[in-house]
Amino acid sequence: MNHPQEAAEFLKDAANAKWHDDTLWFVRDKRDKISKSVPEWEALRELASQIKDNVLANLETYLVEFEKNAKANNIHVHWAKDAAEHNQIVLDILNEHRCQAIVKSKSILTEECHLNPFLEKNGIEVVDTDLGERIVQFLNQPPSHIVLPAIHLKKMAISDVFHEKLQTEKGNDDPYYLTQAARKHLREKFLGAKVAITGVNFGVAETGEFVVCTNEGNADMGVHLADVHIACMGIEKIIPKREHLGVFLRLLARSATGQSITNYNSHFRSPSPGKEIHIILVDNGRTEQLGREKFRNSLKCIRCGACMNTCPIYRRSGGFSYGSTVPGPIGSVLSPGIDLKKHSSLPFASTLCGSCSDVCPVKINIHEQLYEWRQEITKAQGTNAKSISMSIANGIFAVPFAYKISAGMMRGALKILPDSITYSGLNTWGKQRDLPELPKESFKDWYKKNRK
Amino acid sequence: MLQNKNIGLFIPCYVDQFYPNVAIATLELLEKLGCQVTYPLGQTCCGQPMANAGYERDTIGTTKHFLKTFKDFDYIVAPSGSCVLHVKEHSPTVPGLESEQQATQHKIYELTEFITDILKIDSIRGSYPHKVGYHASCHGQRGLRLASASELHETPFNKARQLLQQLEGLEWVELNRKDECCGFGGTFAVTEEALSIQMGKDRLEDHISHDVEILTGGDMSCIMHLQGIASRNKQNIQFKHIAEILNEAIS
Amino acid sequence: MSSRENILSKIISIPRDGKPLPETPDFSLKGDLVKLFTQSIQANKGEVVGEEGLADIIAQNNFKKILSLASQYEEFSNTELPADPHQLKDLDLAIIAGQFGVAENGAIWLTDENMGLRALPFITEHLVIVLEKKSLVANMHGAYKKIGLPHSGFGLFIAGPSKTADIEQSLVIGAHGAKSLRVVLV
Repeated sequence: MNHPQEAAEFLKDAANAKWHDDTLWFVRDKRDKISKSVPEWEALRELASQIKDNVLANLETYLVEFEKNAKANNIHVHWAKDAAEHNQIVLDILNEHRCQAIVKSKSILTEECHLNPFLEKNGIEVVDTDLGERIVQFLNQPPSHIVLPAIHLKKMAISDVFHEKLQTEKGNDDPYYLTQAARKHLREKFLGAKVAITGVNFGVAETGEFVVCTNEGNADMGVHLADVHIACMGIEKIIPKREHLGVFLRLLARSATGQSITNYNSHFRSPSPGKEIHIILVDNGRTEQLGREKFRNSLKCIRCGACMNTCPIYRRSGGFSYGSTVPGPIGSVLSPGIDLKKHSSLPFASTLCGSCSDVCPVKINIHEQLYEWRQEITKAQGTNAKSISMSIANGIFAVPFAYKISAGMMRGALKILPDSITYSGLNTWGKQRDLPELPKESFKDWYKKNRK
Repeated sequence: MLQNKNIGLFIPCYVDQFYPNVAIATLELLEKLGCQVTYPLGQTCCGQPMANAGYERDTIGTTKHFLKTFKDFDYIVAPSGSCVLHVKEHSPTVPGLESEQQATQHKIYELTEFITDILKIDSIRGSYPHKVGYHASCHGQRGLRLASASELHETPFNKARQLLQQLEGLEWVELNRKDECCGFGGTFAVTEEALSIQMGKDRLEDHISHDVEILTGGDMSCIMHLQGIASRNKQNIQFKHIAEILNEAIS
Repeated sequence: MSSRENILSKIISIPRDGKPLPETPDFSLKGDLVKLFTQSIQANKGEVVGEEGLADIIAQNNFKKILSLASQYEEFSNTELPADPHQLKDLDLAIIAGQFGVAENGAIWLTDENMGLRALPFITEHLVIVLEKKSLVANMHGAYKKIGLPHSGFGLFIAGPSKTADIEQSLVIGAHGAKSLRVVLV
């Protein structure tokens, strides 16, 4: 998995890459406009950041409080230490209810656990009901963005797959027409499902309730028609009190899509009479990340996707180029913690421009953590060609005489080499850029002559 | 005016080698503004390229040398936001030199912030009749906060613009994306070459489509990258470090 | 060791500095709450109408099945709340009462007793919510103060009709939930 190669591939279709970049910048721009309409925006970010800091410092207490209050309200609470256990718990509940077809609303956690393929292997039909997720499900792709799953697809591609799967008119790529077709198709699924799975945006320790936010209403269409609601929650999604929802709900949609709030914000506290609600609290590496002091506060993430929209690299390489469930800047901080080797190119897929940290509603210092992961990765890689050359460089820069010799040699060499060598394929800088013109003397030389 | 203060001029290694005119302009500018400036000849590099590549721990020698070179100055000024940020935030702690290191980190400034915040010069008088586009290099922008960030809800400010805006005839061009990264990023320019080039091209397009004559900024690394692309593609736009503009305008 | 014990003991073993919980200040919102609320609902692609407006809407549309749980509009009902929410699948219009609205974003708070069945506001083709002007609060902080901590099985902040922009960022109203939201401000 190599980000530079994937990015280069993505960029080969220049028109598509530009369209992807413009589309995501448009979402970033919407976020800017609405955040500037809230005078206390920066104060809200600071509050949210401090609340989440407090959560991570007291996570065990809040989780126990949450469990106690949820159980008192008739919610079944399960704990899963890893993805495999999470998936098995879901399957067990389905088997208990003899259910073989379910509907599922957006949950990046279930993506992370690879729930869909596990259930399908066990004979369960899984229908993702978020429109973007249903589209990528039809195409056998993972989502390319955690909030906008199908952002990488043009409407004609969607029209083609809908024609194939839903028998819509060939060539009709009108978004309204396609959405109505999906509405009709998914209605049937909602009406037939006995069990519905959702994610969780926030779990509230004080009340034992949890909140699910959507614009489509698909989470609710699933759970209120089903007999059993299974909610999947990463342990870091806890917040202390109900009043804190005020802070987070003011930040979430504005950061994610530039709207003041999602159209539906469902607060689940206890099941309807005769029905069941289950919540699965999932670790799957989160306690490991909690233990890494430099990377701990990446667990503050509320999965808004703003960092993806603002990242000039994400916009120009697409979510798939990261090869991780959560892509983009925050993904590049979370994924190396899960598999350092596989994701070692991700912290380098950045210029450390810092834009991500400035849009993060909970003030995660994403770009600084990317820098820190680079230090960890080179340590893990041990001695190799690059580290040797870096040590040599340190030697050169530690000693002025050596710097003088090597810099002078480099400038001298560049002067006498023909362009064909200077700009050969071996010189990556020179592939699409010229080198600066060589001055006749360095500043040091000039200073010695003119000032000393 | 800074009476009796010694300013150490810190010139990034690639500026020393490839853009001596920027270093000369910086020196002359500071002197014109009444400063006593010395360029310690023993300086080499701040260590940033190695640290950003993941080898911060291997830059202790380089950092130690930097501290020693500049320890006797009252201020250190560099025509580079990224080098200054590195010294302040990412140089490894040098055992035995902790207090000196702290002192150094408190007295090092990027050129424009030194002029506005320490020399307390509001803006520069002179003449510069050109359409100027400003490239907000990221480390200076979001690291040193030399200008307000488009991401943040804050009162707009821009130290470079403040210095340039009184220059007669200068037209400051508003861009579509005021502070998007140019794609240089140190070793990124080579390890993620395709992305680096595309980002650079997009920045150039923003300036050129707004009829910018001269693209300026506080970091020659970004300018070197953008200039390299523009030159390869024979694009009609000039490049100057802000030190060069200010120095030219005063004389 | 159960997974619960496993997870909790892992967390407990990690040394962490204390981080205090901050107080949320009272953020205010400048302006006329009714005007701001209306603008917010409109931005969310909903509509705000006066009382007469509701009668007009019903007259102009061909709603076959209408259910009103809002006491002042019971006259418009031509069906009853079923026991099984699946039977609401052909409901054209639902009229319900909201408890209060939030000016900054158009969110309206509803709980079980307003909805009858939890599926109602989602499964109905069109939705009307009746809301008292005097119930409006400025922002979400005020909203949660107003809700307090009573027990509610299910609570919903609804701020507009069902919508999606998943196809090339083109906004489409009427994804899986109600195709319209009209708020009758009384």
